[in-house]
Amino acid sequence: MDSHLISEFRAIVGDAGLVTAKEQLRTYECDGLTLFRVVPELVLLPASSEEMQAVVKLCYRQRIPFVARGSGTGLSGGALPVKGGVVIGVSRMNRILEIDLPNARVVVEPGVTNSAITAAVSGRGYFYAPDPSSQVVCTVAGNVAENSGGAHCFKYGVTTTYILGLDVVLSDGSLLHLGGKTMDAPGYDLVGAFVGSEGTFGIVTQVTLRIIRKPESVQTLMAAFNSSSEAGAAVSEIIKSGMFPAAMEIMDRLALEAAEAAVHPNYPNCQALLLVELDGSAREVELLMEKVGPICTACGAWELRLAKSEAERVAVWKGRKAAFAAVGRISPNYLVQDGVIPRTALPRVLGEIDRLSAEAGLRVANVFHAGDGNLHPLVLYDRRIAGQEERAMVLAEDILRLCVEAGGSITGEHGIGEEKKHFMPVMFSEADLEAMQRLRSAFDPYGLCNPTKMFPGTDTTYQRPIAYEPHPIEKAGLAQRY
Amino acid sequence: MNENQYPIEIAWTDLEAIVGREYLWPATASDAIDGFQPSKVIAPGSAQEVAKVLQYCSSAGVAVIPRGGGSKLALGNRPQKADLILSTERLNRVVEHVWGDMTVVVEAGCTIEGIQNAVKQHGQRLALDPLWPERCTVGGLIATAESGTLRIRYGAVRDLVLGVEVALPDGSLIKVGGKVVKNVAGYDLTKLVIGSLGTLGVITRAVFRLHPVPVATATYSTLLSNAPEAAKLVLALLDSHVIYTGLQLRATRPDHIALDVRLEGIPESLQDQFAKLGKVATGFTFTESPAEVWDARQKLFANAAGAAVAKCSVLPSQLGALCEAVFRQAKQSAATIVAQGTGIADVRFEAADAKALPRILDDIRAELWALDGTLVVQQCPPAIKESLDVWGALKDALPLMQEIKGKFDPARTLNPGRFVGAI
Repeated sequence: MDSHLISEFRAIVGDAGLVTAKEQLRTYECDGLTLFRVVPELVLLPASSEEMQAVVKLCYRQRIPFVARGSGTGLSGGALPVKGGVVIGVSRMNRILEIDLPNARVVVEPGVTNSAITAAVSGRGYFYAPDPSSQVVCTVAGNVAENSGGAHCFKYGVTTTYILGLDVVLSDGSLLHLGGKTMDAPGYDLVGAFVGSEGTFGIVTQVTLRIIRKPESVQTLMAAFNSSSEAGAAVSEIIKSGMFPAAMEIMDRLALEAAEAAVHPNYPNCQALLLVELDGSAREVELLMEKVGPICTACGAWELRLAKSEAERVAVWKGRKAAFAAVGRISPNYLVQDGVIPRTALPRVLGEIDRLSAEAGLRVANVFHAGDGNLHPLVLYDRRIAGQEERAMVLAEDILRLCVEAGGSITGEHGIGEEKKHFMPVMFSEADLEAMQRLRSAFDPYGLCNPTKMFPGTDTTYQRPIAYEPHPIEKAGLAQRY
Repeated sequence: MNENQYPIEIAWTDLEAIVGREYLWPATASDAIDGFQPSKVIAPGSAQEVAKVLQYCSSAGVAVIPRGGGSKLALGNRPQKADLILSTERLNRVVEHVWGDMTVVVEAGCTIEGIQNAVKQHGQRLALDPLWPERCTVGGLIATAESGTLRIRYGAVRDLVLGVEVALPDGSLIKVGGKVVKNVAGYDLTKLVIGSLGTLGVITRAVFRLHPVPVATATYSTLLSNAPEAAKLVLALLDSHVIYTGLQLRATRPDHIALDVRLEGIPESLQDQFAKLGKVATGFTFTESPAEVWDARQKLFANAAGAAVAKCSVLPSQLGALCEAVFRQAKQSAATIVAQGTGIADVRFEAADAKALPRILDDIRAELWALDGTLVVQQCPPAIKESLDVWGALKDALPLMQEIKGKFDPARTLNPGRFVGAI
């Protein structure tokens, strides 16, 4: 990049907010989807909303494309830099600005981590509900961009449910205040439109979100089954009985093995494990949990284990949240997908996945949010064996196709990003995509915000969907993928 | 525009060709919008027909007012133009209820009551309680994003709509969102459509997520003698472990405020919740109330000839300030407040002379603005709309909203002038 331009950027953010060294720039070459890599021209780390505006204005003047970045934990390549562009990180804007407990509102800068919000209010009996597995490191800005979910969104909803206000810098550098602390600001719900826009509308500089009261009581049951289909049937029966659990998760044999190897949660040794978490008033949780056990048993569960203490409950969830990364212990390479299906299609789709997996001669581990039908099939393979990677990619895409055919979605949490943009036409018509482009062009007429993502046919240097590879930070043992 | 293009009679003939003769008829006085008399009413029989009608009207310069049950047509500024009412009355099917998935797919003209009746046989309900459920349709509910008393527990329209099908003025029919609870593929256009007052497209179909019908329900109420005390009790309940599904204040005077709490669940848990309620609200006596107290919102809109009903949104902690502002500004006019624990309040003002209303509304709006709150007039005598913007001022996003409107409805075919900033 032109040195004059670099000094202009330096004048805005100072040395602390500027990354120019080749080796340091490489840290930003990818996000959680590591096979796509582009070294950015420059990384800018503004420390305030004013600096953010000035940086974006300069990009706008020079028509430099930019990609916003939180902690880089995204799994679809949304924070992949674009060729000839800069990365704008929000990590230095990480203050919690206001905690308004009576109204259950928190105002934060975009670089605050998801867990930090809960940590700040948990002592006073509140929590921030969306709980992506990467919550310890991922930022609110990234959560807003991806509309992140988590294990508990069956009952509590996803990020968009909790975001009330956003200050955003658009590609021309203008700062807009969308929504606010009160509900239902008149006009179009631009906060709703912005959440999940994967960094293509602008950059968030301030977020007003809702926290909620911690439930009085939480109980987590583990039920061991001989198959995922049986566990899936139990999920349907629980829902049919009128209960509304906070979370229902299924892990299959492979996922269990992996989790056990990684964090030793001491799960029952079974083919499929169902976790059912109930929360609410102590009395109600107790009474309803008495019903959940027999339902599971009637569906074939041969062991029921209730997490008795908070420590046990934490261990159960730690195992579940570590399952993804842990699969790395039982397979040299794997692909991660997160298609969604209507819950009633679970037994059929799981059967189909088994069939496809057998046909391809590849193992598929399943960890999924059964309550909301969000699958996480992990296609295991060994790159060193000729042809396996290609077969794995075909299989992963076949599974996504299956999800769409069942009336579902190609992604429940991870986003489209770079990874799945070529798959958008499987789910959307040309008119649907055209409508999305119209909205995008209203926010970003010159296509400077995270261009080349989300839509098929946008300029790309890569054609293929991509396998997981450890990030350098993971290899160094400084981070773990969930 | 239309006047300069070609005679509107030709448009009627062409539109008849799209929907069939019997589904285009002359509008009557009862079809008027804020005193604005449209010429015709059209009732397309399919989503495709809706799209064709819109495409035609957009190119021919015919202004279209989408209409479901007509229960909320009073919302919005006076239209700048209104040639044709597009009625969704023929799109009234419950398409699919997969109870195992707790979702229901419905056409836009279905009434909310119709949906409730269809899903309750499987022990489920749509956890929304809009005004006039027997008339309120899916399309109108989504276009106005109206929320009722259940919102405090189950969320707003935006939290319960999983996807919509929308006909756009360019004649395309798009599907946004889907049938699954979790879905982040592409932009969340569903949110853009919800609350857009039919200014971007016409909703033809929607998918809702459902909840189980509670086994038992009970409502308890208590009386409070001043606004700060009422607000304090609301905050105490919000901060408690009481699992209410409704939390409402009703006031006709600053010194006479009823607080209603609705508990739902299994019978054993209800007793437990009631005991908790007593602990949180020490010193107050709660007695059981009939379920009708939750119709208080709807009653505000009755006999509204000389009255205005406004939706105010403040923080829960500002509910006391809201009550005080309302009664102070209303002066000798009568005011009634029905506020929810979410901080959203419906307020009715009744003045002997309707001309006094805009001033009262503007003054309260100014007070709320200072609190970062908003006031939107839901219903008022059409005559006073001349001197009142029902939406109030916006912060700084109006130009972007206008830009979005321009991208979806460049000819301003849909509800011209009715939404914020005369969009």
